[in-house]
Amino acid sequence: MKKSMKPFWWGLFGAGGAISALFIPVLLFLNGLAIPLGWVEAPRDEALLALVKHPLTRLFLFALISLSLFHWAHRFRYTLYDGLQLKHLNELVAVLCYGSAMILTLFAGFTLWNI
Amino acid sequence: MMTQNPHYTKHHPRWHRVRMPIFWWVHKWVHMKFILRELTSVAVALYALVLLFQIRALTQGSEAYANFLAWLKTPGAIVLHAIAFLFAILHSVTWFNLSPRALVVRIGKKRIPDAVIAASNYVAWVIFSAALAWIILVD
Repeated sequence: MKKSMKPFWWGLFGAGGAISALFIPVLLFLNGLAIPLGWVEAPRDEALLALVKHPLTRLFLFALISLSLFHWAHRFRYTLYDGLQLKHLNELVAVLCYGSAMILTLFAGFTLWNI
Repeated sequence: MMTQNPHYTKHHPRWHRVRMPIFWWVHKWVHMKFILRELTSVAVALYALVLLFQIRALTQGSEAYANFLAWLKTPGAIVLHAIAFLFAILHSVTWFNLSPRALVVRIGKKRIPDAVIAASNYVAWVIFSAALAWIILVD
């Protein structure tokens, strides 16, 4: 019997949804709004770099970024299927969505590894 | 004879099937809400990439990072982040509100009420957000 990959993608979707729900809003708010608009004082570059270089930070950021991408991939694939009624392009959409998530995950891993 | 060289087709002969229009979801608010909820994943993923590029700029030296910070301050970037932030909040709220559907916890025979499951997620959200803000902002 052919084993379906669906539970695997769904698992990544769930993990990605949870981690992004918990951590994306605060990071977006601070880095994208509060600090650029001067509502809070920006951390010093050296302090930030030291923080990012820490192995735990890098592991956390890799998990957050990668899982957010796979969350999008699975969800967007089905949004196109149901929302835009692209059922006839099912395989192509799946390959493009999961494929781009995989490629971007590799890029994220490469970036975070080489800090 | 019928049983010699039966010609099997892969697809069943077509029944009458109603073709859904592509924009079936714009006509009712409840459908629009559903599509908006699903599209929150786009904003979340895009911000994850912005974050990745910010980290990359940080590691490329002070000039590269200063350029990135300057871009973040542009009106266009602020507007995009504000919109993305609204979508990110929508994602979190709809996700936590759905969590009781996914997480059924029983103690003995009694099942923990939905409101408690959802509330625990919100509490975790506040605690993690405060912790992350502290880690980033406090030297």
